[in-house]
Amino acid sequence: MSGSSNLVAMKKAVQQLRFEASINRVKVSQAAADLQQFCIQNALQDPLLTGVSSSTNPFRPQKVCSFL
Amino acid sequence: MAAEKAEMDALKKECDALRTQIEAARKAVNDSSMSAASGGATAVGRVQLKLRKTLKGHLAKIYAMHWSADSRQMVSASQDGKLLVWDTFTGNKLVAVPLKSAWVMSVAFAPSGNLVASGGLDNICTVYNIKAASPKTLRELDAHTGYLSCCRFLSDTEILTASGDTTCCLWDLETGKQKVIFTNHIGDCMSLALSSDMNTFISGACDSLAKLWDVREGACKQTFSGHTSDINAISFFPSGNAVITGSDDCTCKMYDLRADQEVIGYQDTNLNAGVTSLALSSSGRLIFAGYDDFNCHIWDSLKGEKVGVLSGHDNRVSCTGVPADGMGVCTGSWDSFLKLWN
Repeated sequence: MSGSSNLVAMKKAVQQLRFEASINRVKVSQAAADLQQFCIQNALQDPLLTGVSSSTNPFRPQKVCSFL
Repeated sequence: MAAEKAEMDALKKECDALRTQIEAARKAVNDSSMSAASGGATAVGRVQLKLRKTLKGHLAKIYAMHWSADSRQMVSASQDGKLLVWDTFTGNKLVAVPLKSAWVMSVAFAPSGNLVASGGLDNICTVYNIKAASPKTLRELDAHTGYLSCCRFLSDTEILTASGDTTCCLWDLETGKQKVIFTNHIGDCMSLALSSDMNTFISGACDSLAKLWDVREGACKQTFSGHTSDINAISFFPSGNAVITGSDDCTCKMYDLRADQEVIGYQDTNLNAGVTSLALSSSGRLIFAGYDDFNCHIWDSLKGEKVGVLSGHDNRVSCTGVPADGMGVCTGSWDSFLKLWN
């Protein structure tokens, strides 16, 4: 009994590998260039790269001015 | 018996041949490296973020945290048996959800902000309505035969779970039933991340593999190898074309989905601690990785260099998250505190 379930599992493994083998692959040079391009295009909108000014920093403890 | 053995041997041979074919196909497109491509990119320099807030309230190790889509609220889970929903702008606790089981490993915020989910060693994913007068259990999703390591909402009606039983699952919250079961990993699933279009998700497991899945069809589309130990953390690069993983082998890796292979690794000989969690800045340039060495190290994703560190926790950093607006990083630790940095 365990023999035939091993067979079923093995057939599934072959099917999965056939599927994974069939995909089209893009050249790493192209993929890397696209990733780099994305980073560069979005760099100015990335607050952790550009820095957050204290006036717009949502996490900075609010400093309150009050007239005494 | 002999016929069966012959068939098994033929299938094994076919598996080996297919694996060789996949490796050859990957090699054929491996015409460059990320480092070569990123030579032209300007260096980010030293990244020095400041600690803005320390959120105190949990009484035991924090295991997980997740930002709300509004980039203001955040939910954290601790083995003190509570989920806490925080207003990170004021530091106030908005909601406390008492858990049936204190052994929580994962927590998630629904995109609507109406629901949170958690689960752990109880093998159950429990969904709570936090907009009710007091937190109300909406559903108990009980079908996994192993611990719940990660959960992520697609909407108020669907949630994905990853489990120590080696499967991931898509659930219908209206019926409380499993819709799709994702089987292919041969080790405990530790982490999952959903693509922004919600058509695919990635999982990392103790079999050291990362897998890309079709949410609706349940099929595993791609498998990425290279790590030599459990993958604990996984995230999509913001363009959706790459996946970052963090592992007990002390390294992080970036796999490109279209090239179907690893394009760069993030490791340092002085760093001998496992990676527990990771999050990316909004442009994808910075990777914030939490380690067992009590720190969150910052990596330049393109150049593979360490560019900074968030130090301050007194125990392992167990969870890391960047909100949707990219305005900061949150780290959670076994020291029971959450810290906000930017």
